[in-house]
Amino acid sequence: MLGNCDMRKGKTFIILALVLLAGIAAGYFVYQQARPFQLGLDLQGGVHLVYEADTSQIPQSDVDSAVEGLRDVIERRVNFFGVKEPLVQTEGRGEKRRLIVELAGVIDPKQAVELIGLTPYLEFGEGDPFQATPLTGRYLKKAEIAFDNVTNEPIVTIQFNDEGAKLFEEITERNIGKPLAIFLDGQILSAPIVQDKISGGSAQITGRFTRQEAQEIARNLNAGALPLPITLISQQNVGATLGVESLKLSLRAGLLGFLGVLLFMIVFYRFLGVFAVLSLLLYALFILALFKFIPVTLTLAGIAGFILSLGMAVDANILIFSRMKEELKEGRSFAGSLEEGFRRAWPSIRDGNITTLLVGVILFWFGSSFVQGFALTLSIGILMSMFTALIVTRNLLNLFAGTRLSNISWLWK
Amino acid sequence: MNFIRYSTIYFLISFILTVSSIAALFVFGLRLGPEFTGGSILEVQYQETAPSPEELRTLLSPLGLESLQIQGTGENRVIFRMKEVPESSRSQIITSLGERATELRFESIGPVIGKELRQKTFVIAGLALLIIVAYVAFAFRRTMGAFAPWHWGIASLLSLFHDVFLPLGLLALVGTLSDFELNISVVVALLTVIGYSINNNIVVFDRVRENLLGRTGFDLQDTVNKSLRQTFVRNMNTSLTTLIPLAAIFLFGGDTLRGFALVLMAGIIVGFYSALFFSPAFLVRVFGKGSTS
Repeated sequence: MLGNCDMRKGKTFIILALVLLAGIAAGYFVYQQARPFQLGLDLQGGVHLVYEADTSQIPQSDVDSAVEGLRDVIERRVNFFGVKEPLVQTEGRGEKRRLIVELAGVIDPKQAVELIGLTPYLEFGEGDPFQATPLTGRYLKKAEIAFDNVTNEPIVTIQFNDEGAKLFEEITERNIGKPLAIFLDGQILSAPIVQDKISGGSAQITGRFTRQEAQEIARNLNAGALPLPITLISQQNVGATLGVESLKLSLRAGLLGFLGVLLFMIVFYRFLGVFAVLSLLLYALFILALFKFIPVTLTLAGIAGFILSLGMAVDANILIFSRMKEELKEGRSFAGSLEEGFRRAWPSIRDGNITTLLVGVILFWFGSSFVQGFALTLSIGILMSMFTALIVTRNLLNLFAGTRLSNISWLWK
Repeated sequence: MNFIRYSTIYFLISFILTVSSIAALFVFGLRLGPEFTGGSILEVQYQETAPSPEELRTLLSPLGLESLQIQGTGENRVIFRMKEVPESSRSQIITSLGERATELRFESIGPVIGKELRQKTFVIAGLALLIIVAYVAFAFRRTMGAFAPWHWGIASLLSLFHDVFLPLGLLALVGTLSDFELNISVVVALLTVIGYSINNNIVVFDRVRENLLGRTGFDLQDTVNKSLRQTFVRNMNTSLTTLIPLAAIFLFGGDTLRGFALVLMAGIIVGFYSALFFSPAFLVRVFGKGSTS
């Protein structure tokens, strides 16, 4: 009997030592500046842009590759800004495609929108009036400035890739003697008469450009002719000032809320409260370390979720303490009450947390970044709180089972 | 304390509060945030006191911005709301306002996105309610005395009804005095309230179920009463520990999260009431007829 009890104590010591070590490691990891927290746009300032791609002009089977090409081109353009980890991602299926661009840090939104939205959208038109042909900027390999042999006017020469060259050959073949219009961003640049079938995929754009204009067109086409036309449908800029302010305010609120919860637990549960406080401290350390480790991009909503979870995290403790006190009142021993308290509180803890988790998962489906940030931190918080209550609080209390302290009933009631 | 004895009063309170919340929603209305309607918002900060809205309106009139609303917040901040405008208009406005004004944030949301988010919100809210009620019915799937699984579900669903409408009504009321709108963060708060207040319901019901199994109490009313006395302190404390950080967010967390914190706090307080007073009383009075536990 005694041996059994000693073994149980031994297990408790080992678990607590491990948890304590993990806590110290987590604390060091959180404190360490070398790997900072990843902050969202709303906390460090930046630009969030949503574009809609017009896929109506290309066959369904090509949409995927065109959207991928679009992302690549925008990614290249965005890299001009030199921001750390710019985000360019596509969204949607079928014909409805969107492109999301996020640039963090101090950015001039005007410049960003201009550069990204730059639509050197190249098209070729045939017939009268001009009809769109399948040949567009997505088949472009490169563009260069050159000078006309005869007039010495600046011109832009373009080179298509293999697929584009074939298309160009077909189009020129069926349009011999007729004009072929070249459109840039929907505006006609020139409509030279096709003299002969052109193979090899080289073409010239003439249009009475100044040297500077020709250079700009060539550069824009090179920076990437967009394979699909895009429109900006949503924009969010957050100034760095507001970001820093939001971060400061939310951290202050978090700290005060945390201290408030600790104080409440001590005042209401006194000695038992100390265990909840230790458990909550570890909870906060583990969560913060996890945020850094995964890493979770912290937004204002995410921090709100975390702060809220601080209040909810003690719920499991409260449930257990209430049950324990009842058992103690009924005259059970400390160890027995502890065992019974945990056993009886468990269904409530499980069911209650599952409903909040379910809401977290549903919110995550919602998709918008504000909602996801909140749902993620809240869900992580709920899972972690079950761990800290069931492992940390329980083993801490186990330490006292069978000791003299456990017999001083007013401490625990 | 006999909780169930006053159930008629609880029903009356619940009824009056819910009806007046819905009335408040109709009378005062709730301004929808631009993420739901489409539109643009620009917030700027002045180094000193901001010019009056009238001055600013005159200043911006050459730009011909549609349905422009100008509102000062605090000493030196101004919020401009308007129909959604392209990036070029934003930079024009900033240029017109001059050097003294710094842009804090700008949001422009197309009507397409607004409509999408509106639809999504309804779908998600409906889904959340459905899943939660289904979960409650599942967790209490064994028939207990007079109670079928769906009885617990219905009682929870009804209590959710005021947990959602009361905060909304409050928001409409407060919105007449101050700058609150129904934006995405409020929707998130309401969905969280749904999950959270069900949590309270479950703890109470769990106890009722346990006591029914153990045949404590000499009739159904007595058993439920006993369960409520046993869970009262826990529900109060959990609500308080959740309210503490929310109050911190409301008071110190900045403007962006204020509406969110307010709605959540209201939801948690109402949720505490409905889980302890409304739904158990409803369970006993409506579904518990003719039962002797």
